[in-house]
Amino acid sequence: MTVRPMVNRDSQFFWDGTRAGELRIQVCNACGAKRFPPGPACQSCDAYDRGFEIASGEGTVFSFVVHRHPPVPGKELPIVIALVDLDEGVRMVGEVAGARSEGDLAIGDRLRVDFNRVDDDLTLPVWRKA
Amino acid sequence: MSGTLSGRAAIVGIGATEFSKASGRSELQLSVEAVRAALADCGLTAADVDGLTTFTMDTSSEIAVARELGVPELRFFSRINYGGGAACATVQQAAMAVATGVADVVVAYRGFNERSESRFGQFSVAAATQVNTNGLDNAWSYPFGLGTPAATVAMQAQRYLHDYGATSADFGAVAVADRRHAATNPHAFFYGKPITLDDHQSSRMIVDPLHLLDCCQESDGAQALVVVSAERARDLPQKPAYVAAAAQGSGRDQFVMTSYYRDDIGIPEMGVVGRELWRQSGLTPADMPMAILYDHFTPYVLMQLEELGFCGRGEAPGFIADGAIEIGGRLPLNTHGGQLGEAYIHGMNGIAEGVRQVRGTSVNPVAAAADSHVLVTAGTGVPTSGLILSATQ
Repeated sequence: MTVRPMVNRDSQFFWDGTRAGELRIQVCNACGAKRFPPGPACQSCDAYDRGFEIASGEGTVFSFVVHRHPPVPGKELPIVIALVDLDEGVRMVGEVAGARSEGDLAIGDRLRVDFNRVDDDLTLPVWRKA
Repeated sequence: MSGTLSGRAAIVGIGATEFSKASGRSELQLSVEAVRAALADCGLTAADVDGLTTFTMDTSSEIAVARELGVPELRFFSRINYGGGAACATVQQAAMAVATGVADVVVAYRGFNERSESRFGQFSVAAATQVNTNGLDNAWSYPFGLGTPAATVAMQAQRYLHDYGATSADFGAVAVADRRHAATNPHAFFYGKPITLDDHQSSRMIVDPLHLLDCCQESDGAQALVVVSAERARDLPQKPAYVAAAAQGSGRDQFVMTSYYRDDIGIPEMGVVGRELWRQSGLTPADMPMAILYDHFTPYVLMQLEELGFCGRGEAPGFIADGAIEIGGRLPLNTHGGQLGEAYIHGMNGIAEGVRQVRGTSVNPVAAAADSHVLVTAGTGVPTSGLILSATQ
């Protein structure tokens, strides 16, 4: 069974976005600073006034792993998980669908986001080689 | 140095249970046994104890341990967060308490059945569902399948290999050194079982680029450390291991095991610890004849050497080559066998080894340590801590 994210008022917009097929990045309404993971206070200008933009969904592999052991709930191993540098300048963790070994991915590879609908409440972003 | 914690407290007693894969008794009993052993080591009794400190993660509260020990009253009790990053900070808590007179005899303890009961190496759904900011932080990794300690470290290790042209064999050199030291330590789980670099390279992949032998053990056991003021230490039977420095560190944009969102995804929190250790003690890396560096996973040992100033960024593979971190080398590390070789007691057994080196009673003695200093670090990838233990005040 998929591990479900803990969600609070600061992160609800992100998960609302994935359900809508959007990869949302927090943007400070006061100074424009982008941020991931989201949080209530802008790290650049201290404002609490925040919104979001919809990311292009494209990014570059900063690092990655091939998880073989031990079992991961809801996953058939091995899986490849990457750190993705989004073109918008923030970084996030994501599973790379279709990759199963070291040879399937390299640092610097281009990825594009897709969405994996788990159920009515949860949709997870997932990445594929562009 | 005046105005700092340096030289004001000492570790005077150490005690542990056996280290195993199935202790057969409760975590609380393990901790009580270790505390009793540590008190016996320094000629004190439960009646002398007025402070207890441990990890937030420990399942045995200070009051539960006090009840079993028969400690009459506690004047000081505290917990430190962030997993193994707490190890040296428990001694910092104890040292600050005794240095200020808040308490007289403080015991730091950590005990668990981390192999036979709750295994830390497994994917922890509980960590992902904590009702606090740590749980919220884990929402950005666990649901995507990244949720074991090995996997979170592997993400950093892969980037380290890429940035500095290091290889898996560089990680393997740490495992070989640890297991060589464990092989001559009767208390180590891997006593009599050294490994070669070929063994490391041929061990199965756990999370690429980490092999099985890059990962520490899961262990059952407990370790306790008795801390008193430097003045009191002089009246006790064991040679004191003076706390020349004790520091905690958290870096910019810090997370627990997933500090991936800063430009440099290394372990700058250990740099914070290092700078504070050198400041408090007035010492430098060149003054250290050896070190106990937290080794739940081999890549972080390399990164610690860099953050602590033993070598430059990306230079650790060269620094550790040719047996430099083995007994007889220029900076022997983890002479008890480390957590890869002796046991994973969340870093507390490494502090005990630092004390033994200062006393001159380690099974793998580094002669200079008994006249000088030992650097000890706590968990990596998390907000962490460190100590410099010294033979003289």
